[in-house]
Amino acid sequence: MKRRDFLKSVSGIAAGALAPTAPAIWSPAKADARSETLLIVSEGGPNNLDIHGVGTNVPGYEVSWNCYDRLISHEMKSGPGGVPYYDRDKFKPELAEDISVGDMSVTFRLRKDAKFHDGTPVTAKDVKWSLDRAVSVGGFPTFQMSAGSLTKPEQFVVVDDATVRVDFLKKDRLTVPDLAVIVPCVVNSELVKKNASEKDPWGLEFTKQQTAGSGAYKVTKWTAGTEVVMERNDAWACGPMPKIRRVIWRMVPQAGNRRALLERGDADISYELPFKDFQEMKANGKLNVVSLPFSNGIQYIGMNVTKPPFDNLKVRQAMAYAMPYQKIMDAVLFGLANPMFGAPKDRPTDVAWPQPTKYVTDMEKAKALLAEAGYANGFETTISFDLNFAGVNEPLCVLVQESLAQLGIKTTINKVPGANWRTELNKKEMPLFTNVFSGWLDYPEYFFYWCYHGNNSVFNTMSYKSPEMDKLIDGARTAAATGDTAAYDADVKGFVDLAFADIPRIPLYQPFVNVAMQKNVTGYEYWFHRRLDYRAMAKG
Amino acid sequence: MLALIGKRLLFAIPSLIGVVIVTFLLTRALPGDPAAYFAGPAATKEAVEQIRKKLGFDKPLIEQFFHYTNDLAHGDFGTSLTTGQPVAVELRSRLPASAELTLLGLVVSIVIAIPLGVLAATRPGSWIDHLCRVTTTAGVSLPVFFTGLVLVYVFYFRLGWSPAPLGRLDVFYTAPPTVTGFYLIDTLIARDFEAFRSALSQLILPAVTLAIFSLAPIARMTRASMLAVLASDFVRTARASGLSPGKVIVTYAFRNAMLPVITTLSMVFSFLLGANVLVEKVFAWPGIGSYAVEALIASDFAPVQGFVLTMAVMYVLLNLLIDILYGVIDPRVRLEG
Repeated sequence: MKRRDFLKSVSGIAAGALAPTAPAIWSPAKADARSETLLIVSEGGPNNLDIHGVGTNVPGYEVSWNCYDRLISHEMKSGPGGVPYYDRDKFKPELAEDISVGDMSVTFRLRKDAKFHDGTPVTAKDVKWSLDRAVSVGGFPTFQMSAGSLTKPEQFVVVDDATVRVDFLKKDRLTVPDLAVIVPCVVNSELVKKNASEKDPWGLEFTKQQTAGSGAYKVTKWTAGTEVVMERNDAWACGPMPKIRRVIWRMVPQAGNRRALLERGDADISYELPFKDFQEMKANGKLNVVSLPFSNGIQYIGMNVTKPPFDNLKVRQAMAYAMPYQKIMDAVLFGLANPMFGAPKDRPTDVAWPQPTKYVTDMEKAKALLAEAGYANGFETTISFDLNFAGVNEPLCVLVQESLAQLGIKTTINKVPGANWRTELNKKEMPLFTNVFSGWLDYPEYFFYWCYHGNNSVFNTMSYKSPEMDKLIDGARTAAATGDTAAYDADVKGFVDLAFADIPRIPLYQPFVNVAMQKNVTGYEYWFHRRLDYRAMAKG
Repeated sequence: MLALIGKRLLFAIPSLIGVVIVTFLLTRALPGDPAAYFAGPAATKEAVEQIRKKLGFDKPLIEQFFHYTNDLAHGDFGTSLTTGQPVAVELRSRLPASAELTLLGLVVSIVIAIPLGVLAATRPGSWIDHLCRVTTTAGVSLPVFFTGLVLVYVFYFRLGWSPAPLGRLDVFYTAPPTVTGFYLIDTLIARDFEAFRSALSQLILPAVTLAIFSLAPIARMTRASMLAVLASDFVRTARASGLSPGKVIVTYAFRNAMLPVITTLSMVFSFLLGANVLVEKVFAWPGIGSYAVEALIASDFAPVQGFVLTMAVMYVLLNLLIDILYGVIDPRVRLEG
């Protein structure tokens, strides 16, 4: 009896535990849809579909890039490893069909056939309204426009229905490039004005939820934090018709699962994976892994030069000799970065940025320098990093901590939550920290203006001030605007040399942007914003 | 009965007010400056101040609180900054996803744990007792996200039996029209059986993950409670009167042993809602847990407050339900507030 009871219950358990787990079978129609659909998986998704919005995050930039057009864009050139790479110096018309750069203004003639997603034609009025909006809404878009000396609505002039002129406030080499970044996108002004209110004159609430542009794609469904679905705009006029009909972008928070999805062939493309995964995927060759250096970007160790001990040049030099450079390259990045250290002693300084320093790990020299500075027994300090990028920052800081311990420097690691990082940077009180800076506009003087200039911007995280440095940076900016190549070259070499001699921040490496995709996915292009451009992509 | 329920709900009001105040203060005490966070990587100090003003964080705390409670009274939970959507709308669309997953996990867990516990109690010291001990200990010792990852690795990546861990439905299916918000029910209402199968197969791994985690308390509690009841006088009398072992165990012992198990179930359900947070992360599940965590990381106040408040309301309702169930199972228990 007992035995029979037992058997009954056991078979009951077995039935309860077994459940249908049939693999998905594609019906033919679905297989078709699949070949024209690009399935992207990434950790985070957009929080706003409009780059002019309040606090739009980086994934939101990708939506804006693909769903809106700009007056001009960049040509492609062949980059490292033959991957198409945007050409900093060559512009191509996008919404404009003709550009003429004058002495103190640039004039754009618009395409006649360009239409917004709702079918209304794109006119000069829309362009002016959109540029006015970018310089007026405040926050990041306005800041980015000002980087190219675009600050006042009066600078944007409607000449006639199909012609727009942008007047220069002053000669600035960055003005035209700044019109080709994501921010100066052209918005359907009539549609947005209809949905604007007195409290929200620029209609930011409306464009947050839907795309109102003329771009190659339009968002048809957006579930924040879960997925974005974009359909091709079949009436797109500003370039060759994209091959991908539909883009499904799913948020998959687990990096391990994103890799599994790629390796099983369920997802087409993903970024934001740990370096180790990228390196392994590269090695086993089932997927295409593209690794390209961040343009104008460097991961560095910064030191607060206003406070002891880092106000002492000898201490900063000692730190630069104590960095475990190669260990970081091998153990943290698995080789997926460009070293920014150990240049040969006789290597002349280039007119380029980023370029490597001549520092190498040399503990003896570091010890001697530290003794000279009066810190023979070391000191105590704190190294801070942004937890949002803990995957790289945490092991990096541990290695630095280990290395500094050999000099008697006791380092405590301070993990700063992502939400708090910017506040901490702004306070400029952290003595020692690691961070990455990368500029959209790929010009040395742009990088140095934000990171080393004495006007002490947010990115001059070291509070570094040097009249000599300011003179060189300002000199290079003026020389670039007036086309004085000799003076420009001298100034650029000058500020690079000074930055390496004074060493308020220690360059470690130029990070790579890594993207893994199926072998049949083609057309990946590297852009300064490091997000995907679907317009060039195809599935073979 | 109705009066009792009303009285019960009335008692819940002070706790809810407390929750509103505490979450408001706690979120304000979080480190991090949402204005600096949302001003973006390239913001100047002025840009941060502009954003702070737009978000209303430049006002005194008491004024912010007044605004918040006023909005709350009008059913407005505020707007999430990370996702840009109204919190109430998002909670409403995400709660069914979490609830469906948690309930299914609980059902799977009950179906396995209760028979296991009963069997272990009727044969203490036997191999099934040991099996019960080992599986439950293992289940509760493994962190949920780890169990989830292992299951994904084995059943999706290695064996390919399970669909891609991409949320509630396969990418190429469209969600059924919302009636209950539970895809298993809505797909059946819409008679879309392919989508039903897809929804079910997406649910299995996360539900099993939750079930493995919650086996232990249910099985152990069932076993302990059954052991106590089986040793009691009325069971001995029933056995002595010659009733069949099945009747003794199921009709007499089991019903009496259920009370502590029900209490445990309510506890398990509430901590499953907590464990959900991690499971949702692993399976890209669009539930309220992952929503709240993301908001917390970004110092996004409104969703965190909305989440805590929703949870508080759910706990109140759950406790009420359990109290009513007691009365149904054991008429000796009187519902007296």
